[in-house]
Amino acid sequence: MQPSQLKPEDFGQYPPKARKLIVAHLDTIRQLPLSFVPNLLREVIDYDFKFPAEQSAIDSEFAAISSLSQADLADWFRGFANISINSALENFDWVNRPARFVEQESAHLWTTHQQDAFREAAKDYGARLLAATPPSQPPVRRLGIAIIGQGVAAYDAPLFRDLRAHGTYFSKLNPENGLQLLLAGVEARAKATPAPYAHWYVDGGDAAEHSSLITCVSYNALGGARAALLQDMQSEIRRPGMGPEELRTHIAELKPSDLGMDKAGDPVLDRFQVKLLTEGSGTQIFSTTFAQWTAREALRRAQPLTLLVRFAPRQRQRLMNEMLSNSNAKPELDPIGSLVDADIGAYYHWINQQRLQGAPQSSFLAWFEDHQQAVVVSPALPRGVESTSEINLGKLLDLALS
Amino acid sequence: MNEAFQSTNVPTDPFIDRSLSPREVARRLSVSRREFLRAATGAALGSALAGASPFVRGEASQRKRKVIVITFGGGARDQETFAPRGQENIPHLLNELAPQSSFFTHVTNRGILGHYVATASLATGVYETLNNFAAVPPDHPTVFEYFRKDLRRPSSDAWVVAPSNGFNRIGQSDSRSYGPGLGATVILPKHLLQAATSGSGTNLNHLLLDNYENPLYTPTLEGDEFELMQLNQILRLSVDDFMKHARTLSSPDELSVYIAKRLMQQEAPSLLWITMHDMDIAHSGAYSLYIEGIRRTDRLCGELWQAVQSEPEYKDNTTMFVLPDFGRDADYDEGGNGFQHHRTGDAASRTTWMMALGKGVREGVIYDQPVQSIDLVPSLGAIMGFSPNLAQGKPIKELL
Repeated sequence: MQPSQLKPEDFGQYPPKARKLIVAHLDTIRQLPLSFVPNLLREVIDYDFKFPAEQSAIDSEFAAISSLSQADLADWFRGFANISINSALENFDWVNRPARFVEQESAHLWTTHQQDAFREAAKDYGARLLAATPPSQPPVRRLGIAIIGQGVAAYDAPLFRDLRAHGTYFSKLNPENGLQLLLAGVEARAKATPAPYAHWYVDGGDAAEHSSLITCVSYNALGGARAALLQDMQSEIRRPGMGPEELRTHIAELKPSDLGMDKAGDPVLDRFQVKLLTEGSGTQIFSTTFAQWTAREALRRAQPLTLLVRFAPRQRQRLMNEMLSNSNAKPELDPIGSLVDADIGAYYHWINQQRLQGAPQSSFLAWFEDHQQAVVVSPALPRGVESTSEINLGKLLDLALS
Repeated sequence: MNEAFQSTNVPTDPFIDRSLSPREVARRLSVSRREFLRAATGAALGSALAGASPFVRGEASQRKRKVIVITFGGGARDQETFAPRGQENIPHLLNELAPQSSFFTHVTNRGILGHYVATASLATGVYETLNNFAAVPPDHPTVFEYFRKDLRRPSSDAWVVAPSNGFNRIGQSDSRSYGPGLGATVILPKHLLQAATSGSGTNLNHLLLDNYENPLYTPTLEGDEFELMQLNQILRLSVDDFMKHARTLSSPDELSVYIAKRLMQQEAPSLLWITMHDMDIAHSGAYSLYIEGIRRTDRLCGELWQAVQSEPEYKDNTTMFVLPDFGRDADYDEGGNGFQHHRTGDAASRTTWMMALGKGVREGVIYDQPVQSIDLVPSLGAIMGFSPNLAQGKPIKELL
């Protein structure tokens, strides 16, 4: 089927808000190329379970493309229109399974050497959309906090090497009550600028006590869902004909209820957490990967004003099948390796934060937990210098936001 | 599409200016490699050199010629290798091998960025389009088939050592003119180990770690009588001796190199192809394990070169090639997640390097001219004297 043949009743299986949105813009969607439309539908089909920032972005996208003349539409989507799609993809049920279509389309693009052309088309479209619908400035300066090295008594190699060039390195901090002071800072921001999913705390282990105003995701709290997922994967792997791509498709379609999360009260956050486990690579087995990926996805999707990520030690590397089987309830930990993982995780946290609107004014603080080393990137602080100030984490946070 | 996330407020990557075209980014990556390497080793620029081919021609010479190809199935980025901070991870490549090598700074892979299909493309000289996760042979003849058919070499003269299950079909293609009976023998050391440990209760799991391109799926390892026959008849190793040595090793790539060295001693193949995979643990998102993998691979490349020098059959007679199959995503590409994958198709993931050293190679020379990964097979053909007729790459003239 081609997009030009779409009818409102084709979207009968979509959740109500998503269906309403599609039907309202169906005339425009009919004019778009097949190589593009399922990519759009993949986002829209989950509209009812998306964060406010994502819903706003989808609304803006539809408003922008619906306002284009036919000539402008053709111009905007020329790159996608030039992509050749085979009949198998054309005949696929891309309306109801857009994510699966996109996976198969990706394989088709690689095989037919059209990946670069598609990538260029997507970049061109993204640039046009950004120019047409510039995101609004955040109401307050964005703040990122990364806490790394939990459980490491001493570490001699340099930390924060990637971040130091962009900020001030503190080498003699007072670490006392550091975690509590930083969480208090997040709570204060949540009180001052309340909004759904605007202030987050991600923990790679057990979450510390925190305010209910803060959206919290923790690796250990998802232990049951992870176990259910790993069990599901094990049984799927044993099925005849199962391969890596089939398995990936299968787990991408899992819902919170499939992983025993149907009792929780926040369907948006539940969906987000399931996707962390089903779409992330390594998030099921390494807590450091989980924390890093959660930060990336929270920033990309929810665009929070505040995001505190605390890394915890991950399990030591074992045979992959062993880790996936989740057979050892108390695996040996690798604190030093986890510190190295978290160090680059903090850097990626900052990079991802800088992709959001208001980046020049945003602040970022990374701290070696229970130690005296931290780095702060802030427009108010010089770059590439070291400070021997003995202030505590609360004062350091004030400085970051000054 | 989340356009807000794709805004360009990220400061300029030390290596990549986001306003540049992919081609220009690739060129700059290449220039960076050249400058880093020149600073570290004092190598000369290839463009400043001219003269007759260093490769000695003549049938007698070619019959003795040995070629070893080491590929990394799992790219390593510049910032973890040849860039100033990464150099601490590759002391052997940088200080021992690079000064003796011709170093190609700009090797592009325009094919599918999956490890099996990319390695198959390296081995055929054609960008293969096979399913990366399926155990299928390449569509086009492999370098092993060209080598054996044209030069009438026995099967014992071409070997592949590969760590992962998916590579068991890489030795020969489905091509009608070549194919069955003309390929390389593929040895999967983990299968050997699995066969040797079967039922023994010995815990050598750390040597059985599989490839990580899709960490959610690791096929079950199987080792059977064929593997045990390889152990006894080809490698001249008893199960006890093999197990005794395996206990001293720490990773699948170490096991592969141990087997490769044993092959060099026992069979002395003229064409030996080894793929390394330890660093592909990057797909699990654990940066520390990725760095460990790079350091181990660096050390193992040094060990293999030492083995070449210590084996009479190989000393002064071997050309060794070292190259990743492709790169990994750049930190600043919003479509990826930095070092973890190679999914964006950006310049960093498509552009890599190649080192050639040993017999007939100019030492300490850096070449910036772009070459493609599929140029390897035609270059090997020109060096060894066979004709890879169906390969689509071109011989690298700097190696001729």
